[in-house]
Amino acid sequence: MSETFALPNHKTPHEDYLNATYGIRSWLLTTDHKRIALLYLASVTFFFFVGGIFATMIRIHLLTPSGALVTPETYNKLFTMHGVAMIFFFLIPSIPAVLGNFLIPLMIGAKDLAFPKINLLSWYIYLIGGCFVLYSFGTGGLDTGWTFYTPLSSIYSNSAVTPAVIGIFINGFSSILTGLNFIVTIHTMRAPGMTWFRLPLFVWAHYATSLVMILGTPVVAITLLLAGLERMFHLGFFNPALGGDPILFQHLFWFYSHPAVYIMVLPSMGVVSEIIPTLARKPIFGYSFIAGSSIAIAVIGFLVWAHHMFVTGESTYAALTFSFLSYLVAIPSAVKVFNWTATLYKGSISWDTPMIYALGFIGLFLIGGLTGLFLACLGLDIHIHDTYFVVAHFHYIMVGGAVMGYLGGLHFWWPKITGKLYPESLSRLAAVILFIGFNLTFFPQFILGYLGMPRRYHSYPPEFQVLNVMSTAGASILALGYLLPMVYFVWSMRYGPAAGANPWPATGLEWKTPSPPPTENFEVTPEVTWEPYDYSKRPDLGLVAGAPLAPAHGDD
Amino acid sequence: MHRTGELYGHFETLEQQKDSATLGMWIFLVTEVLFFGGLFLTYSINRHLYFTAFGVGGNMLDLRLGATNTVVLIASSFTMAMSVWSAQTSRKKLLPIFLILTLVLGFVFLGIKYVEYKQKFDHHLVPGRSFDLTYRINHAGPGDDPKELAAERAEIADALRTEAPGNPHEALVALNAHAQLYFSLYFGMTGLHALHMIVGAGLLVWVIRESFKGRFSASYNTPIEIVGLYWHFVDIVWIYLFALLYLINRHAV
Amino acid sequence: MSEHVVSPKIYVVILLALLLGTYLTVSAALRDFGPWNIVIALAIATTKAVLVVLYFMHARYSPKRTQLVIVCAVFWLVLLLGLTLSDYAMRPPVRSQLIISPAYAHFARV
Repeated sequence: MSETFALPNHKTPHEDYLNATYGIRSWLLTTDHKRIALLYLASVTFFFFVGGIFATMIRIHLLTPSGALVTPETYNKLFTMHGVAMIFFFLIPSIPAVLGNFLIPLMIGAKDLAFPKINLLSWYIYLIGGCFVLYSFGTGGLDTGWTFYTPLSSIYSNSAVTPAVIGIFINGFSSILTGLNFIVTIHTMRAPGMTWFRLPLFVWAHYATSLVMILGTPVVAITLLLAGLERMFHLGFFNPALGGDPILFQHLFWFYSHPAVYIMVLPSMGVVSEIIPTLARKPIFGYSFIAGSSIAIAVIGFLVWAHHMFVTGESTYAALTFSFLSYLVAIPSAVKVFNWTATLYKGSISWDTPMIYALGFIGLFLIGGLTGLFLACLGLDIHIHDTYFVVAHFHYIMVGGAVMGYLGGLHFWWPKITGKLYPESLSRLAAVILFIGFNLTFFPQFILGYLGMPRRYHSYPPEFQVLNVMSTAGASILALGYLLPMVYFVWSMRYGPAAGANPWPATGLEWKTPSPPPTENFEVTPEVTWEPYDYSKRPDLGLVAGAPLAPAHGDD
Repeated sequence: MHRTGELYGHFETLEQQKDSATLGMWIFLVTEVLFFGGLFLTYSINRHLYFTAFGVGGNMLDLRLGATNTVVLIASSFTMAMSVWSAQTSRKKLLPIFLILTLVLGFVFLGIKYVEYKQKFDHHLVPGRSFDLTYRINHAGPGDDPKELAAERAEIADALRTEAPGNPHEALVALNAHAQLYFSLYFGMTGLHALHMIVGAGLLVWVIRESFKGRFSASYNTPIEIVGLYWHFVDIVWIYLFALLYLINRHAV
Repeated sequence: MSEHVVSPKIYVVILLALLLGTYLTVSAALRDFGPWNIVIALAIATTKAVLVVLYFMHARYSPKRTQLVIVCAVFWLVLLLGLTLSDYAMRPPVRSQLIISPAYAHFARV
């Protein structure tokens, strides 16, 4: 029987949030943050598939220089819909709505988020937005690029732009409400003794992410609304023929969409900050710097948006300013990487699956981040803007970074969420397959971009074929790396061995409740008297200075 | 609908509950600031580029109605603040009175807005196929004041000379296009504002109903306070809209 | 968090100040102050807004956290407006030649 916090030993299986109530209504009308997290898990996984199918079609099409699969018009739709599905309906919600929702109340010792009903509303808003976008995909698709640049999107495109912008507009409110919920929760619902500097770094990361959600999303909402209105009523805000300015659209769009990439990556960094100290058995190095750097990334991230517009018509002086600021934003990210590395140094590293993902994150994020600096350089950007160099750069961050962090987090907290363990060897293998497949897919794209292959083109000169074929081959391996976890996670829910409250063991509050947790999270409100990640002074977890460390979650 | 005043299960204390609600509303208002902010940015840039057309467009708004609406909303903010005071001091009979006054003033505002919008529609100032800045001066009706019309005619003639000197045809095209930008923003911004007022009216109806049941007092008045915050925010937006849309170039006429 | 009850007297004073501000802004708009008209209008509007936030919305009596939230909202708005407008300000002035495509001619009343 697992040792639980102030819970008497039961012989019968305990009631948890999964079996507390039954029936579809108890799930669709739940206000339990843990169930809502699983609702989100199902829907973001669905959209991941949708985006993945488009990605597959893109890579197959690019096997030959003149295009192997679809017409040029359809190709435009493929990369657009891939981007829209992945960014707005998978990446942005993924970690916050799944792991954040599940873990934040547990990590701070609360029974739920501050506004549980608004949490459920967020999910429904997400679904409604998703329906509009799926409708758009199904009735002609979208060919404007996920960036919806005007006047293509607002006037000339013949694709289903209007339902798509409505869908993304609606989905924005899901994000806003989630961020609002997190900020209020973290401010007002912390258990006694859980001071700001005892918070897990995962919580700090989500606080910073929520700041971005709150401050940025409304701007893209109004922007897409204006573009939609322009399309519907032939207004002229972004139409040069009527006195409007397409660059205004870009300013408004990127004011959100650049910080949006930090919405996608900050939570992953939070996950890594949890995994590394746990599986290196060492307190995190530079806790306050990592916490502070999360806030710094969120803030500075709002100051760099026009680096997406270096070659589209902004003034040279604006370009200089934004280039300089873009170099600045790399600093807090670098701080994190140094701190993680320092944490690993002389740690007792166990090669559990989450650690593989975390290490993969660090390496791939490093490459992605450094290539971002290449792009921030004005002179260089003139040559590599709108090439595959950019595509590779952001995939290294979004996939090599954010998705690896998401998968690492799923693997780290799966025992807590489901109470089950997954097969360790298979999961390690899948992580390695994913890593190899990822690099084979996207590293050639850096080279392609540098050599001049433009992005968003359905065809390319024959000399680029070898690298494209390599990339597609990598994509098939990557796909396997994604499918395997889906298979063994589902398998584990039925056949996996029981996990116990704290299989790693880790030091967060979430590990002090049973796995899966009861609906109320804690029988008694915990009182926090320890510092975070303190592996030497947690007698309640069997961790004291000098005592042998509990074995890591071993091979199954 | 929960019974107001009771502790929700996931909160530990009433104070934590109130704290959360208030902070939640303030953060929501932050998102609203940024939401309207995008429109204000669009307005700023277009006003800078097309000041002439914006001046002409702005003078086609009824200053008296706009100023009246400003006074109406300011008064409604006052009555809203008095509602909060009534609740905080457990004046249970006075509370619904101030809330209803606030709601009534809100309806007056929306009524005046409707009159203004109708006027624009009649004068062909709604962006779209039938937009025509010169409609009113070319189709003067018995209700139009001749002095006003003359002033407008002079203003438009002046504007045409500024838009495209020496080329009256291009000037008319340009003026109409730029004025459409102004009116798109006028309808967009005041329309979005009016939508927020309607939501506010709905919230007021809710708290009025609850206040009649005597639910609010010194020990529990959170809904009044947070509805108040929302209502005041909507007032602030209008304060800026009035200054920016109605007062562009008034001294020219 | 103790609740600060603001006296109705203060509310009345603020109401009168806001009404005065409205009168002032309309009068100022009817006079020609050249480029300062917009400055005066925005200054008065901002003063009114500040009064509403401080007194009607109780910001003056709210915890520091609330005041920080308000400051952040203003700061981010200024960021959005300021940095974007600076791009426009730093472009060379262009005499815009309005080119109306035939498809849109009727929208511009050609």
